[in-house]
Amino acid sequence: MELGRPNLEVFADTLLELGQQNKELLVVTSDSRGSGKLVSFGQKLPGQIVEVGIAEQNLVGISAGLASTGKIVFAVSPASFLTARALEQIKNDVAYSDIPVKVVGISAGVSYGALGSTHHSLHDFAALQAVNNIDIIAPADNFETREVIKAALTYPRPIYIRFGRKPMYHLHKRGTAFEIGKAIILKSGSDVTFIATGETVSRAVIACVLLEEQGISCGVVSMHTLKPLDEGIVLDAARGSRAIITVEEHSVHGGLGSLCASLLLQRGLCNPFKIIGIPDEYTVTGSQVEIFEYYGITPEGLAQTACQLLEEETFK
Amino acid sequence: MDSNHRCEKLSLAKLERKSIQYRKNVLSMIKKANAGHTGGDLSCVDILNVLYNYVLNVSPENFMDLDRDRYIHSKGHSVEALYTVLADRGFFPSEELDTLNQFQSHFVGHPTRKVFGVEHNTGALGHGLSVSVGVALAGKMDGRSYRVYTLLGDGELQEGSNWEASMSAAHFGLDNLVVTVDRNTLQITGRTEEVSSLEPLADKFTAFGYAVRTVNGNDVAALVEIFDQAPFEKGKPSLILARTTKGKGVSFIEDQANWHHRIPTDEELTAALTELQAAEEARQVQDGTR
Ligand SMILES: Cc1ncc(C[n+]2csc(CCOP(=O)(O)OP(=O)(O)O)c2C)c(N)n1
Ligand SMILES: [Mg+2]
Repeated sequence: MELGRPNLEVFADTLLELGQQNKELLVVTSDSRGSGKLVSFGQKLPGQIVEVGIAEQNLVGISAGLASTGKIVFAVSPASFLTARALEQIKNDVAYSDIPVKVVGISAGVSYGALGSTHHSLHDFAALQAVNNIDIIAPADNFETREVIKAALTYPRPIYIRFGRKPMYHLHKRGTAFEIGKAIILKSGSDVTFIATGETVSRAVIACVLLEEQGISCGVVSMHTLKPLDEGIVLDAARGSRAIITVEEHSVHGGLGSLCASLLLQRGLCNPFKIIGIPDEYTVTGSQVEIFEYYGITPEGLAQTACQLLEEETFK
Repeated sequence: MDSNHRCEKLSLAKLERKSIQYRKNVLSMIKKANAGHTGGDLSCVDILNVLYNYVLNVSPENFMDLDRDRYIHSKGHSVEALYTVLADRGFFPSEELDTLNQFQSHFVGHPTRKVFGVEHNTGALGHGLSVSVGVALAGKMDGRSYRVYTLLGDGELQEGSNWEASMSAAHFGLDNLVVTVDRNTLQITGRTEEVSSLEPLADKFTAFGYAVRTVNGNDVAALVEIFDQAPFEKGKPSLILARTTKGKGVSFIEDQANWHHRIPTDEELTAALTELQAAEEARQVQDGTR
């Protein structure tokens, strides 16, 4: 796999391109244009950026107001503040009022790992999962990021998009189709399938290589859309492979893993199943890589989890 | 408040020398951790210095006493300044700060109560004032003598929660609350007045029910004088509008938005430390200790 750029940069470049083509596109920031790599957007399209100051609730409310008049609005702020502090604005002014604001959470998950829990967003999937009428996307690589930003432009519903700031591996073949709500199968396998989202997908892909070396047949799904969940692909994966492992840069509660578990159990599918994410504890701090290592979100860690899960199943 | 734990009030000359030393420590710490909020740290060093070495009756010995003064660091990103001062006051050995921002260190990039001496976890802006109001209100309820001090960034004031808390502070008549605003006129994107204007700030705070005083927030003597006067009015919360320079003390860092969280290069660190060293020597000559 070839290392690409940070999704954050791809997001910013795509937005600039789209903004140059469409004068109705607005970016709204809360002292976040630097962290959102939007300084150049602000310089080139000064009439299309609205700065509201350090005020995330205000950011989402103003975005909803702007968007209600037909403007195409991207509200951009660190995922942690955006989805915790401005949750009520997202719930009422965007989702409930059905205003198609594009809520963009930057530096998501543990991207700001060393800055502590105030700066982590390990709750955003869970919080928004329980809010009706907002879709949730976590692109895995540069391609998915670019495609979701393009799709968001004309997307008729409220949408939340979150990603991090480290360079990501390219995961997709040329010509891959992207559609919100349609997961992408990167690889199929009959022993174990990883259903992963966001910045963890590339780790699952490498874990597969390690497992195949041991003769274990592996699959990987990039579940870029958590809501609406591509149920068909999850069910197919559970029918086509013995074990399922979900992987996400989020609390193990209320995210991708919970969604898949709920779906599978209610459809009577009881595969060996494991949710990999950040456990419900005082989260360790350090770089994103260090935190991933600690919680086993590494190719080696994931491969080991897969082996254990398959072994437990054999001895059941 | 005649607690015998009140810090031994340092002389102005000693306080001024401490500010210089703190600035050196902050810069070295940031360089070592390769992370930190340089501009905002240097901006508020003098305020923290006067608070911890002159005003607060807080020490490692009395930190569990219910009557201790409370300091809540609302502008949590300026954590290196707080850690520096707490280490100097003996809350923990300064060597522990070598682990700042490292994996599993308690010295996270924003204050947490896992660090002895920290009253409250901060880092998301716009929380400290409400929490301070709560602590001050409890003090009133229980008839305790402590005061509550908090420090806000000026950009931080854009968070609406501060104004909600301000209404409560005035409503409850919290004259045991002393709020300081680090008015350095900069936030990440640039000048506060260009990002989302705050002025007329003193008038706003007055209208919200504070007794307001303005001070040069980088002048230790002026800070001592103003804190000595607090509370400014019976029945009202006090607000100190501290006019500061972001990055204060190092000429090439001063008043530059891009130094918000820039890390000095090796050359810049050397130049900064040299400049601070010269300031320290000049200070010693002035004091007659050299
Ligand atoms: C709720 C919240 N939103 C955004 C941030 C990111 N942030 C950290 S520091 C900062 C600028 C603060 O400016 P100011 O309050 O003026 O502080 P100072 O100039 O003293 O550094 C911002 C936006 C944050 N920490 N918390
Ligand atoms: Mg400021």
